[in-house]
Amino acid sequence: MIPEIGQIALILALGIAVIQAFFPLAGAQLGIRSWVNVARPAANLQLLFMLIAFGSLMYAFIDFDFSVKYVATNSNSKLPTIYRISAVWGGHEGSLLLWATILAVWSFAVSLFSRSIPDVMVARVLGVLGLVSIGFLAFTLLTSNPFERIPMQADGHDLNPLLQDFGLAVHPPMLYMGYVGLVVPFAFAIAAMLGGRLDAAWARWSRPWTNIAWLFLTIGISLGSWWAYYELGWGGWWFWDPVENASFMPWLVATALMHSLAVTEKRGAFKAWTVLLAIFAFSLSLLGTFLVRSGVLTSVHAFASDPTRGVFILGFLALVIGGSLALFAARGKSIRSYVSFDLLSRESALLLNNVLLVVVTFMVLLGTIYPIIHNAFGWGNLSVGKPYFDLFFVILTVPLAIGLGAGQLLRWKRDTVTNLFSKVRTALIISVVAGVAATALLMPNFTFSAALGIGLGVWIVCTTGKAIREQLKARSFTSIPRGFWGMAFAHIGVAFFAVGITLTSVYSIEKDIRLAPGESYELGGFNFAFDKINTISGPNYSGNRGTITITRDEFETVLHPEKRTYFSSSMPMTEAGIDAGFTRDLFVALGEPLGDGAWAVRLYHKPFIRWIWLGTIIMALGGFLAATDKRYLRMASRARRQRRQAAVTVGATA
Amino acid sequence: MNRMLYQLPLALLLLIFTLPLFAGIETYTFETPEQERIYHKLTEELRCLVCQNQNIAGSNAELAQDLRKKAYEQVKQGKSEDEVVKWMVDRYGDFVLYRPPVKATTLFLWVGPLLFLLIAFVVLWRIGRTRRNQSSETDPVDEQSLEQARHMLEKKES
Repeated sequence: MIPEIGQIALILALGIAVIQAFFPLAGAQLGIRSWVNVARPAANLQLLFMLIAFGSLMYAFIDFDFSVKYVATNSNSKLPTIYRISAVWGGHEGSLLLWATILAVWSFAVSLFSRSIPDVMVARVLGVLGLVSIGFLAFTLLTSNPFERIPMQADGHDLNPLLQDFGLAVHPPMLYMGYVGLVVPFAFAIAAMLGGRLDAAWARWSRPWTNIAWLFLTIGISLGSWWAYYELGWGGWWFWDPVENASFMPWLVATALMHSLAVTEKRGAFKAWTVLLAIFAFSLSLLGTFLVRSGVLTSVHAFASDPTRGVFILGFLALVIGGSLALFAARGKSIRSYVSFDLLSRESALLLNNVLLVVVTFMVLLGTIYPIIHNAFGWGNLSVGKPYFDLFFVILTVPLAIGLGAGQLLRWKRDTVTNLFSKVRTALIISVVAGVAATALLMPNFTFSAALGIGLGVWIVCTTGKAIREQLKARSFTSIPRGFWGMAFAHIGVAFFAVGITLTSVYSIEKDIRLAPGESYELGGFNFAFDKINTISGPNYSGNRGTITITRDEFETVLHPEKRTYFSSSMPMTEAGIDAGFTRDLFVALGEPLGDGAWAVRLYHKPFIRWIWLGTIIMALGGFLAATDKRYLRMASRARRQRRQAAVTVGATA
Repeated sequence: MNRMLYQLPLALLLLIFTLPLFAGIETYTFETPEQERIYHKLTEELRCLVCQNQNIAGSNAELAQDLRKKAYEQVKQGKSEDEVVKWMVDRYGDFVLYRPPVKATTLFLWVGPLLFLLIAFVVLWRIGRTRRNQSSETDPVDEQSLEQARHMLEKKES
C-alpha cells in the first residue's frame, strides 16, 4: 500500500513539474500575472509530493517490505536500522529519487528565500527548475522505478557491504546537495537570459546560492575521500577514479563560477563568461550523473549499469547543453560587457583563476574520457590514472596558488607592479624561507616538492593575512563584510589542503609485514606491537579483530583493525585501525592469516594527512560565511519593508 | 576481431570478480630500499586488469596477487622499473599501465592540457587587446561619477 502511495506521489510530482515549468515560463514571457503566480505554490507542492515519495520508499526499507524489488535488492532482515535508512540511496533507483527530492528541496528554498527578487524573475527560475525536474522524474519513472513490485521475497539480498558505513551513508546526500545545487545558478543564468536582464542584480542573487551549492559539494567530495581512506584499506585518499572525477569537475567549475560572479557583481565584467560557467557547472553535474549511472565507465563506484538509462541521460544532457547554448548564442550580443581593466588588476587575476580552473577541468575531463575515445577508435584499451592526473594537476595548480596569493592584494581595475610588490614582499620572503627551513629542519629528508608545498601554503596564509590588514586599515574589525571573511577562510583552507597533500604524498611510509601475536615492528619512530587477535561477530557479518599497541616515548594507543566477512558476500572487507593526529595518522590494516597464528599486516605512517580534510572543512566554512553575508540579508529585509509599505499604501487608498 | 577476443575474457572476469575490496598484503622482503621503492611504485602504477579500476596494490584479486608476485620476483632479480613495465606491457598491453605511454594514439592526451592552456591565453590576449582599444572610446562612465552614484545609493539604502 505504502509503496503505491509513493508511486502515485511520484507521478503527481511529475505532473506538478510540468505545471511548474510551463505556466511560470510562459506567463513571464507573455506577461500573464496569474500564470507567474503559479511558480511558488507549484514548487511547494512539488516538494510535498517528493517528500511523500521519498518517505514511502524509506518506510518500505524500515518495514522490510521485500515485495518491492529495490528494497529486496538493497536490504535484508539483518541490516541495522541506520543502514536501512541509508540504503534508500544505496542503489541506482533510490539515488535518482534522492536527486529529484533534493532538486525539489532547492526549488522550495528558492521560492522561500527569493522575496527580494522580482516575481517574474523567480517565476522564470522556478520554471527552469521545473524543466530539469521533468527530466529527472521522467527518467526515474520510465527507466528506474524504485517502487516496482515483485512477489514477496523471504529475505532481501543485502546492501553492498561497502555502503554499510557512516561516511558513505551521509556522503551521497551531501554530494547530491552540491551537484543538484548547481542547478540554481544555472536556472538563474537561463532566467536572466530569457528576461534579457544580465545585470549586477542577477549576479548578486546567484552568488549565495552558488556558495551554498559549492560548500555542499566540497563537503560531499571530502566525505567520499575520507571514506575511501579509512574503508578501502589502501592508505590512499584520492585515486582519480572516473566517479571521483565526475564530482571534482563540477566543483572546479563551480569554484571558477564563484570567482567570476564576484567580478560580474562588483564590476559588471565577465557577464557572458559567467553565464557560460553556470551552464557548464550544471552540465558537468549532469555529465557526472551520466558517467556514474550509465555504467559507461567501469569503476569501483559503478554499482548500476544499463544502456537504456545511459541513452536517456545522454539525450537529456544534449538537450540541456544544446538548449542553453542556443539561448546563449541568441542572446550573445546583449550579454556583452564593456568594462575595461588593466593587465595588472583584480579582474585579470580572477580571469587567470578562471582560466586555470577551466584548464584543470578540461584536463580531468580529457583524462577521464580518453580511454573511451581510444577504445572507440579501435586503438585498444587504455588506462589513464593517478600518474597522469597528478602530473598535470601540479603543473596547473602551482601557478593557481601563486596567483591566489597575489590576486587578493590587487586593486580592481588598475594596479601597478611596484604597488603589488610592496604588498607581497614580506610574504614572499617569509614563504620562501619557511618552505626551505621547515622542510630542512622538521622533515625526515629535504625534497624540493615538500619545500614547494609548504612554501605555497605559507604564501597563501601570509598574503591572506596581509589582505586582512589592508581591510583593517580601511575599516574597523566588526565592519569587515562577511564575504571578505568567507574568501579569507576559503583561501586558508586551500593552504592547509596544499600542505596536507604535499607532505602526505612525499613522506608517507608503509610496510607490509608478517606479525604473530607478541611480535612488534618499528615504523616512523613508532613501535607497533601485535598483541592478539580475536574472532568477532556482528549483526550481519563475522570476522577477526586484531589488537595492536603503538608506543613512542610517552605516547601509547591501541588500535583494532578488523577483517569482516558479510554473510551476503564472499568477499572480505577490511576495517582499518586508525589513530588520527594533527601531524600524522597511524594506520593498521589486517591482511591474510599466514599460519602459526601470524598475520600479514599493513602499517602506515601518514604525516599531515588530516590537513587535507581540515583544509576542505575550512574552505566549506568560508563558503558558509560568504553565503551569509549581511548584504544578502539586507537585500531580503529591504524587500520586506518595501512590500509592507506597498501594502500600507494600498490599504490607505482603499 | 582482435579487440573482441581481448575484451571477451575481460568482460567475463568482470562478472566474476565483483568488487574485490581490500588491499592485498604480502610480506615481501627486499635487499635494498631502492628495490622496495621500485616495487611499491610498480604496484601503484600497474592496473589490476580484472578489477573495476584498481591498481594491483589496492586489490586482492588473484590476478593482482599474481602480478604483485611477478613484479616482486623481477625486482628482486635486479631488473629496473622500465624492464618490469615492458614485461607487463608485452603480456597485457598498454591497458595495464596507469601512466599511459606517449605515442601517436595518446599524443592528444599528453599535449591536450597544455595546448588548451596556450589557446586560452592566446584568446584572452586577443580579447584583452581589442577591449583595451574599444574601451578608450566607449567607456562612458568615469570612476568619479560611479563613486558618486554608489554614494547616493548607499544613502538611500540606510
